[in-house]
Amino acid sequence: MSTATNPSVESEKLTKTALTSDRSTWCPGCGNFAVLSAFYKMLENSKFKHENIVTLAGIGCSSRFPYFVNTHGAHFIHGRAVPLASGVSLSRPDLHVFVFGGDGDGYSIGGNHLEHGARKNIDLTYVIMDNFVYGLTKKQTSPTSPIGFKTKTDPTGAIDRPVNPIKKLVSAGATFVARTHAGQISHMVEMMERAAKHRGFSVVEILSECVEFFPGSYDCATPRKGGEFNAIEEKKGDGSPEDEHRHDVTDEVAAYRLADLPYPGRFGVFYETNLPTKNEREKNLVEVTRAKQPGCTDMEILQKTFDRMK
Amino acid sequence: MTATESNTQPNPAHASAGRADLRPQHIRDAVIRIAGNSQDGIQAVGGFLARLAGRSAQDVITYMTIPSTISGGPSIFQVRIGSGEVLSAGDEADFLVAFYQHSYKDHIGFLKEGGVLLYDSDHVEPDLNDKRFVYAGVPITGLTVEALGGTAKDKGKNIFILGLLAAIFHLDIEKIKRLIRERFRTKDESVAETALLALQTGFAYPIDNLLSTRYRFEPVEKPDARPQVTMDGNQAVAYGMIAAGVRYGAAYPITPWSSVMEILRAELPKYGGLFVQCEDELAAVALALGFSYAGHLALTGSSGPGISLKTEAIGWASMAEIPLVIVNVQRGGPSTGLPTHVEQGDLYQSIFGGHGDSPRVVLAAASVEDCFYMSIEAVRIARKYSTPVFLLTDASLSTRIEAFDEPDLKAIMRDLTPDLAPRPAEFKPYPLDAITQHAPPGTRMIGGKYPVATGLEHNEMGHPTGSAKLHAAMTAKRRSKLQKLADELPSPEVFGDAEGETLLVGWGSTYGPIREAVDRTRRGGQQLSALHLRHVHPLPHGLEKIFARFKDIVVVELNDEGVYGYGQLASILRARYCESKIRSLCKTDGMSFLVKEILQGIAK
Repeated sequence: MSTATNPSVESEKLTKTALTSDRSTWCPGCGNFAVLSAFYKMLENSKFKHENIVTLAGIGCSSRFPYFVNTHGAHFIHGRAVPLASGVSLSRPDLHVFVFGGDGDGYSIGGNHLEHGARKNIDLTYVIMDNFVYGLTKKQTSPTSPIGFKTKTDPTGAIDRPVNPIKKLVSAGATFVARTHAGQISHMVEMMERAAKHRGFSVVEILSECVEFFPGSYDCATPRKGGEFNAIEEKKGDGSPEDEHRHDVTDEVAAYRLADLPYPGRFGVFYETNLPTKNEREKNLVEVTRAKQPGCTDMEILQKTFDRMK
Repeated sequence: MTATESNTQPNPAHASAGRADLRPQHIRDAVIRIAGNSQDGIQAVGGFLARLAGRSAQDVITYMTIPSTISGGPSIFQVRIGSGEVLSAGDEADFLVAFYQHSYKDHIGFLKEGGVLLYDSDHVEPDLNDKRFVYAGVPITGLTVEALGGTAKDKGKNIFILGLLAAIFHLDIEKIKRLIRERFRTKDESVAETALLALQTGFAYPIDNLLSTRYRFEPVEKPDARPQVTMDGNQAVAYGMIAAGVRYGAAYPITPWSSVMEILRAELPKYGGLFVQCEDELAAVALALGFSYAGHLALTGSSGPGISLKTEAIGWASMAEIPLVIVNVQRGGPSTGLPTHVEQGDLYQSIFGGHGDSPRVVLAAASVEDCFYMSIEAVRIARKYSTPVFLLTDASLSTRIEAFDEPDLKAIMRDLTPDLAPRPAEFKPYPLDAITQHAPPGTRMIGGKYPVATGLEHNEMGHPTGSAKLHAAMTAKRRSKLQKLADELPSPEVFGDAEGETLLVGWGSTYGPIREAVDRTRRGGQQLSALHLRHVHPLPHGLEKIFARFKDIVVVELNDEGVYGYGQLASILRARYCESKIRSLCKTDGMSFLVKEILQGIAK
C-alpha cells in the first residue's frame, strides 16, 4: 500500500480572511462567535498547511462550525462526529483533525463514541461548546442542564442530575482535558493551542452562552458581569513553597477533585498525560506485520494466501 | 449418487442382508451429510473434504448448519462433490454419517432410498428392519479412544471418520495427510501426529466387511483449467475487497457477518491498511465514512439488525455523495430473528432503507465465487459513482465452502491511493451537470475555497441551501447517477432457451438450486429457463424484452410473500414492469431452496 502523498506546493500563510467562509448563522451575541474567532487565531498562529486542516461536526448550533471555516470539512449526523473523525485521523497522519460540537451532541447522543474515542486515544482535537441547553431545537433539556432549569421538555424545571463533563472525559481516558470560557478569548486560544499540539485525544470544553434560551448562564464566571474567572494554577516544578498547592495536570485524582468544585468551578488544563495513541499502535501493527514479508507487493501477498487455499 | 452410464451397479438397498459385489462404483456426484454436535469438529471434516475436492479439480459445494448457542447442540455439515458442475448442496443424501441417536433420528429422512447410513455403533441403534437403507455400524468412539490412547472427550472421532470416508470413496489419502499437516502447521507437532493417527485408523478399518460397494469419483479432465481455490463466502468477500483495493474498514461483530471482519483485521495490516472493531454499529459506519471521506474507499458490513442501526449514516453517504461499500450477510429477521439461518429478507431495506429519497446501489452475490467478484464490482461502482453500494450475501453463502478457479490477480488487483492533486479554481464538489468526484482533505484548492461534505441539502459548493429549486435539482442529480449506472450494465443472460413456457428469476444464493432445477427439467424435455440478477438496484436494461418471451415468470426468493402475495424482488419487478404474469415462489423456513421445492413450486 503506497501512502498518500501531498503534491501541493508551499501553502500561503493562514490569515483570518483565507479561513473565513459563510456568514455564520448563530444568533447575535452567541458565545460560539468568540470560539470561532479563537479557532481562527489558533490556526493563524500555527504552521499548518491550509489544505491539511479538517473541521468536522455532528448536529447542533455549534456543529454548524465547518461551514464557517474555510477548510476541508464535513457536517455529519447527530452524535457521530467522533467516529467519523477517527476514520480521518487513523488513515491520514498528514491531517490536523478538529471536531466541533455541543453538549447534546457530545454528552448525550454521542456519549458512547466520546467514551471510546477517548479510551482508544485517537489523535484529534475535540472542541465542545457547552451551553447547557438544546438551542437548535429551541430550548429542551440538555445533559448538562442544571437541576431546576425550565425548558420545554421540563416546564417545571430539570430534575435529572447533569453530566459533569470534566469527570466524564477524564474517566473515559481522554489524555488532554481542558475547560475554558467563551468570554475569555486569550485563555481559549491558549487551551486550543495546547490541545492541538497534544498527541492523542484532546478535548476543550468551552462554556458558550446561549443568549436566546439560557441567557446569563455563565455570568458567575464572567468578570465584567460581576463573576469570577478562576484559572487553574499549574505546577511549575520551581521548588517554591506555593508550588506545593498548584495543580499537577498528570494527577488524575486531583483532576476529579478540581472538577468537583461548585459551579462555576475552575478553568484551565485539568488533566494531561502522554500515552500511545491508537494511531501509533495501529501503525506499529502494520510495521510488525509487514516486516514478516519484506519486499512483497500486495499482489504477491494475496497470491500467497490463495496458494494456501489450493 | 449419479452413476455413470458405463457402470450400472446393483442397488445397494438389498446389500444389508449380505455381502455383494466389491467392485468400485464409478460416480460423478455424491452428497455426504455428517450429523453430530457442534463441538465434534464435523465442520473440519467437511472442510477437509471440500479442500480435497477443490485440489482434485472436482466441483464441490458444502452446506452447514450451526446452532446459535455457544457450545453444544446438533450440527450438520454436508458436502456434495461432483465431477461435473455442482450447483446446490443436494436435496437428499447418498451417505449419512450419524454420531448420535438424535443425529440418526433427525436426518434419516434426508437419506435417499438405497443410501448408506454410516453410524457410530457406540451411540446409535438404528432400526435395522427399515430395509430402505444400507447399514454400516462402526464403533467409532471406542476405536478412536483406543487408537489415540486418551479419553479426552472422544476427540479425533471426526478425523477417524475422514479416514473411513477416504477408504469408502477411494480418496487420495496422501493428499488428505498433506491437508492435515498444513492445517495444523502452526500448532504443536503432536496435534498433527494425533490427527494423522486417527486418520490412519479410520482408513485401515475393514469397511469391506460392512459395505459391499466402495466408490470412486470419475477423474476430471480440465486440460487448461486454472488451479482451484477453496473457501467460504465470507472469505471470498474479504479477499475480493482486498483484490479490489480496499485497505480500510470498520465494523461491529454480529453473526453471520463476523468472520469477514476477523479476516480483514488480520489481513489488512499486511497491506498497510487497517480494520477497526468499533464500539457499536453506528460508530462502525461513521468510521468507515471517515476513511472514505479521507480518500480511502472503505468497507463496513453487518447482518440484519446491524444494518438497521447503520441506516441513518448510509443516508448521509447518499446525500454527501461519499463512496462506501456496505456488506449485509443476511440472516432470518426481523429483529434478532434467526441468527444462524438464511433468509433474503433485506432487499427492501437495502434499496429503500432510509428516510427521504436516498439512492444507493444494491448488488447480490450468487455463489461463493461471485462473492469475490461482486466485491470487486461493488468497489468499482462506489468509486465511479461516488455512492453507497450494498453487497448482499447471506448466511448460507457465508459458511458454504466452494472450490472455484483461482482468480487472475494480475488482471484484477487495483491500487486505490487517494488522488490529492490540486483541484482547479472552477472545481465544484457537487456539480449539477456531472457526477460528484469527492476531493479528500489534503487536496489543495487552487481557487482558495474548500469544500464541505454535508448531509444538509446544499449548493454546488457544498454549502447549505433552503432553496426548493436546488433541492429538486440535487435530488435529481443523486438519482440520475443510478440511471447512468443502469445504462452501462450488461443485460443478464438467460440460462436455457431464450423463450418458452416458464422463466425462473432469482437473486443471490438461490442461483445454484434454480440452475439445477432448469438442468434437471431440460433433461426431461421440459421448457424451463432462468434469469439471475446480480445488479438488483438499479436493474439492468432489457428485462422487459426477456419477460415478453415467456408465458409465465416465477421469482424464486427466500422471503415472505408479503401482504399482497409477492416476495420482495417480485414486488419490485411487478411495480417496475407492470407485468402481471410475474408471480412469486417464496419460503421462510430458514433454509436454502431444495431443487425439488422449486420444481414443485412451479407446478402449482
